[in-house]
Amino acid sequence: MADYSLGLKCKLCGKLYEKQPINFCTDDFGPLEVVYDYAAIRRNISREKILARPRSMWRYRELLPIAGEPTVGPQVGCTPLIRANRLAEELGVKTLWIKNDAVNFPTLSFKDRVVSVALSKAVEFGFEIVGCASTGNLANSVAANAAQAGLEAYIFVPSDLEQAKILGTSVFGANVIGVNGTYDEVNRLCTQVAFKYKWGFVNINLRPFYAEGSKTMGYEIAEDLGWRFPQHVVAPMAGGSLIGKIHKAFTEMYEVGLVDTPVTTRMYGAQAAGCNPISDCVKSNRDRHKPIRKPNTICKSLAIGDPADGAFSSKLIQHTGGWAEDVSDDEIVECMLLLARTEGIFAETAGGTTVAVARKLIEQGRIPRDEEIVLCITGNGLKTQDCLREAVEKPANIKPSLEAFDAIYSGEPVLV
Amino acid sequence: MTKVQIPPPLREHADGLADVPVAGATVGAALADLIRQCPALEAKLFDKGKLRPHINVLVDDEDIRYLDDLDTAVTATQAIALIPAVAGG
Repeated sequence: MADYSLGLKCKLCGKLYEKQPINFCTDDFGPLEVVYDYAAIRRNISREKILARPRSMWRYRELLPIAGEPTVGPQVGCTPLIRANRLAEELGVKTLWIKNDAVNFPTLSFKDRVVSVALSKAVEFGFEIVGCASTGNLANSVAANAAQAGLEAYIFVPSDLEQAKILGTSVFGANVIGVNGTYDEVNRLCTQVAFKYKWGFVNINLRPFYAEGSKTMGYEIAEDLGWRFPQHVVAPMAGGSLIGKIHKAFTEMYEVGLVDTPVTTRMYGAQAAGCNPISDCVKSNRDRHKPIRKPNTICKSLAIGDPADGAFSSKLIQHTGGWAEDVSDDEIVECMLLLARTEGIFAETAGGTTVAVARKLIEQGRIPRDEEIVLCITGNGLKTQDCLREAVEKPANIKPSLEAFDAIYSGEPVLV
Repeated sequence: MTKVQIPPPLREHADGLADVPVAGATVGAALADLIRQCPALEAKLFDKGKLRPHINVLVDDEDIRYLDDLDTAVTATQAIALIPAVAGG
């Protein structure tokens, strides 16, 4: 199949670059983004074509920047969009959907989408060693997908990360390097390593391609709603890329004729109060975020104190008429339980953050109660169990006898 | 002398050097000396006299935004690193 991506373009000055493993403009250090031939895509894509393909994110192949067929992660994506009636009732809204990437394949987070594109591109560029800087989910995904692709992986993480996320990386045979520092310090180290060793770092020199994978979350939401856009989308923000890419996905679907009406969706960003550079930027109407030197929250997957896409996501939120908020660790835990107990979805801390921020925005009147809302759940609660140990009831331990059960059960028996 | 570490994509503007020794008691003065030696770097690092937003400047691994920005003091034994900002995951 044809590669409809044309090259890379600086988001600041517009300078064009050929397709290559580079992530910033050599004139002004602005981030680079993939550009496409949308007119050609429009002629070659249709709803029928997409629906006839297997249910994976690669059914949107024309809008992803690789040559030929994907070589890594062909089964990623197409996670469920769930009508969340019980949570809607709790939040006091009419129509609520959950896009559930907590069950994405293979590593239970939305990162499988970006990694599938980045590593397919890494193979195309001829890299044999790949790596990433990660708050955990990306680490799991790079390690698993690299194992499947036969690539060697070096994964750099803050050394205080949740044990489940470290174990869930090492299990795939990746070289895991714990760095005594914040995520931003890990990221900077990786930039230097990428320069020195010329490896394919998915979120550094492969970043323009990598980031495009996030768009598939948006395509799938619109497809599952019957080829239309929701009125409101709430997404978690760490680096600030996902929220922009979901919106870009909607814009592209209109541009290439997959959806008939223009995008009017309002985008809302969710952060933890202990690391809120982007929501603070939106709320205080600043041009640029103020970096947070030492993030302090249980929501480690969103704990990026100096998000490079911060200014872009903040502008996008304001441009669409949305808003951003941040919530305390207690609210995050409370909403992880709320989501689990109303919809049967065990999301990680970032999911609790998204639900809690949605609740806050609804209570503030920023999201109307009678319009359609989609919440993006991006990771799985099995990876962040530590923060719930105090919050959930301990099981009752009893002897294997009916008397012992009768003693702890307060309901009336049917047979006496 | 204080050394400024040049990232590979900018080395063509610094005679191919990985480190450029500079004089100056602050980051601002050190970068001014760097630009005096390698004039082509000025437009890469600064826009209308202000440091471009997508370049991070570190003194011994500490971001100058957490110190005193361009007024951050530097000594002869310290290194200044120029690192493009990258988003996360």
